[in-house]
Amino acid sequence: MTTLIAILIDGLTYSSWLFLVAAGLTIIYGVMRILNMAHGSFYAIGAYCGASLVGWYFTGAEGSPYWSYLLLVLAAVASGLLVGLVIEQGLLRFLYRQNEILMVIVTYALLLILEDVTKLVFGVDPYFTYQPYSLLGRTEISGLAFSNYDLMLVAVSVVVGAVAWAVLNRTHKGKLLRAVIHDREISVAMGVNVRAMFAATFVVGSVLGALAGALTAPAISVSPGIGVEVIVLAFAVVVVGGLGSIEGAIVGSLMVGLSRAAAVHLAPEIELFVIYGVMSLVLAVRPQGLFGRALARKI
Amino acid sequence: MGVNALKKLTATLVSALALTAASSGAFAAENGKFRLGIVTFLSGGAAGPFGVPSVNGAKVLVDALNEGKVPAPYGLKGINGLEIETVVIDENGGTTKQVEEFRNLAERQKVDAVIGYISSGDCLAVSPVAEELGVPTVFFDCGTSRLFEENKNPKYVFRTGPDAVIDNISAARYLIDTGRKVDSIAGVNQNYSWGQDSWADFKATMLALKPGTKVAAEQFPKLFQGQYGAEISALSVAKPDVVHSSFWGGDMEALVLQGSARGLFDGRTGILTTGESGLDRFKGQAPNGLIIGARGPFGALQPKTPLSEWFTKAYNAKTELFPTYPTSKMAQAILGLKAAAEKGAGKPGVMPTKDQILAGFKGLTYESVAGKVEMSRAGGHQALQDITYGEYQFDKKSGKASLANLKTYSGECVMPPDNMVAQEWIKAGFPGAKCN
Repeated sequence: MTTLIAILIDGLTYSSWLFLVAAGLTIIYGVMRILNMAHGSFYAIGAYCGASLVGWYFTGAEGSPYWSYLLLVLAAVASGLLVGLVIEQGLLRFLYRQNEILMVIVTYALLLILEDVTKLVFGVDPYFTYQPYSLLGRTEISGLAFSNYDLMLVAVSVVVGAVAWAVLNRTHKGKLLRAVIHDREISVAMGVNVRAMFAATFVVGSVLGALAGALTAPAISVSPGIGVEVIVLAFAVVVVGGLGSIEGAIVGSLMVGLSRAAAVHLAPEIELFVIYGVMSLVLAVRPQGLFGRALARKI
Repeated sequence: MGVNALKKLTATLVSALALTAASSGAFAAENGKFRLGIVTFLSGGAAGPFGVPSVNGAKVLVDALNEGKVPAPYGLKGINGLEIETVVIDENGGTTKQVEEFRNLAERQKVDAVIGYISSGDCLAVSPVAEELGVPTVFFDCGTSRLFEENKNPKYVFRTGPDAVIDNISAARYLIDTGRKVDSIAGVNQNYSWGQDSWADFKATMLALKPGTKVAAEQFPKLFQGQYGAEISALSVAKPDVVHSSFWGGDMEALVLQGSARGLFDGRTGILTTGESGLDRFKGQAPNGLIIGARGPFGALQPKTPLSEWFTKAYNAKTELFPTYPTSKMAQAILGLKAAAEKGAGKPGVMPTKDQILAGFKGLTYESVAGKVEMSRAGGHQALQDITYGEYQFDKKSGKASLANLKTYSGECVMPPDNMVAQEWIKAGFPGAKCN
C-alpha cells in the first residue's frame, strides 16, 4: 500500500513538473507551428534568473523568506518576457513563411547560442538556492515524507493548466487563438491580427518555460546544460499528448510521470526505457499523439 | 563585391589564419618554454564542480612555479628552470572530439606534455592516441580501472589520481570500522559506467566484509536527471541502514537537498563518495553525520603539510575559495610532472627530453599537496595513495562546515594488486591487502 501511494504521489509531482516544462512548448507549436528547440534555454534562463534573484535576496536583503516565492515568479516573468520578445521580434517574425524543418534548425541554433550566452552571463559554477525548497518543510503521508514544495508545484501546475484551458476556451482572445490554430489563412482573411497573436503566444510560451525553470531552481543545483536535459523530456510529453494540445500535454505528463514512478518503484532497471516506451507505444497506435488532430494535406 | 570576390577573400582569410596557427605552434615549441596542454571541463555539467576548480588550481600553481614561489622541494622555477606555458582545452564534447583535440595538441600546438581528463571515457579514448603519438600524458582525475587493464604496457601514459575502486572499498571499510549499522544497504548511482561500477565495488566489498548484508534497493537514475523524488521514495520504502551514492556535482547536491528535505538520511547512514566537492556548498542542508569522501586524501581531506598549507593559502588568496578535490588532484599531477622531468633532466634551464620525463616518472615517489604519492602500480605508471573519509558537521552559529571522525586507509589496503581486477580481488577476500 505504501508503495502504491508513493507511486501515485511521486508520479503526480513528476507529472506536474513535466507539464510545467512542456506547456509552453506545446502552446507555441499549437499556434505557430514552430517546434521550439530553444524552449530548454528558456527553462535554463528562468532557473538562473530565479536562483540569482533568490540568492541575492537571502544574502543581501532583509524581509520575510516567503517573499522568495514571489521573487521566483517575478524572475521568470521578467526573463521570459525579455528573451521571448527579443527572439520573436528580432528573429522569428522574419521567418514565419519558412517551412517547419527550417524553423527547427533555427531554434536549435538559438538553443546553442543561448546556452553559451547563459554561461557568459551566469558563469559555469552551479547555483544552489535551497531556501525556498526547505522553507516549507515536509508532510508525512502513509509513513513517507514528501516535500511540501514539491506538493505545491502540483497545485501550481493545476493552476497553470486551468488558466491555459480557460483562456483558450472561455475568452474572446482564446477563441481567436483557436481560430488561428485551426486555420491561419482563414483567420487572416477574417481580420485576425495573426502577427500579434504569434508574438503574444511566443512570449507566453517563453514565460511558461522560464517559470518552469525558476520554480525548479530551488530543488536542484542550477548548472550549465540543464536546458538541454529537459527539452528531450518535454518533447516526449508533447509527442505523447499530441503536439499543440494543452489537454494532450496534461495527459502526456500524467502518463509519462506515473509510468516512470511505477518503474522506479517496481522495476528500476527499466526506468530509462519506460518514458520512451510509452511514447513509442502511443505513436504506434496514434501517430499524431493522443490529442493531436490528423491534418488533411493541402495541395 | 561579387560572389567570387567574396569567396576569394574568405579563402585568403582562412589560409592566413591556418598559416598563423601553424606558425605560432612551431614558434611556441622553440621558444624555450615548457609547453603544457591542460584538458578539463570548461563547459557542461562537470565544469562547475570539477573543471573550473581544477583549471583554477592549475593556474595558481603554474603561476607560482613560474615565479619560483612554491616551497621545497619545488623551488626551481617552472619545470627545470623553464617557464611553463599552458594551452587549455575544454574537455566537453565527447570522446571523438577529445581525440581530435589531443592530436591538435600534439601535432599543431606541439606541447611537451599533456595533463588532463576527468571523464573515464575520455581517458580510455585518449590513452592509445597518447601512446601512438608519443606524448607524455598525465591523467589527473578519471578513475576507471580499465585504463591499465586495456593499456597493459604503458609507456607515455601515467595516472597520478587513484583508481576509483579505492573510493568504494574504503567507503565500505569506513562504515564497518566506525561501527555503523549495516544490516541492509541501498544505492542510488548514476546510470553509466561510473555509477554502475561504484555500486558494484561497494556492494561486493560490503558483502565480503560482512556476509549476510541485505541489498534493500538499487536505483540508477540517468545522469543530470536533477529530480529524484521517486528514487528517494523507493529508498525510503526499502528502509536500508545505509544509503550509498557516487553522484557527483549538481546531481549530488540535488540528491542531498531533496533527500534531506524528505528525511532520507534520518536514522540511517548516508555515504557520498564524492561529497567533499559540496562541503562548502551544502550550507547545512546536508545532515550532520553524513559520510563524505574526496576520492583520495584531497581538498578538505588533504593531510596538513607545509606544501598543502601553502597551496591552500595560495589558492584561497587568488580565488577566495578553498581547494576542493579536483583542485588538489590537478596540482598533484602538475607536481608529479615537474618532479619527473627534473629527476631525469640535466642542469636547470635545459629542456628535458621525452625519455628523461618518462624515465623520471616511472616508479616515482614524490610529495604532492595531498601527501606522498607512489607511482608504484601498473608498472610504475599508476599512483598508489592513501584515502580519507570523514563525517560532515555543520555549525549553525558560525555557518561553517567541517569534517569529523576522519579515517585514512593506506593505498596498500584498498587498491587491488596489478595482476587482479577489482571484483576478483574483493571476492577473493582482498589477498595481500595491508591494512593497519
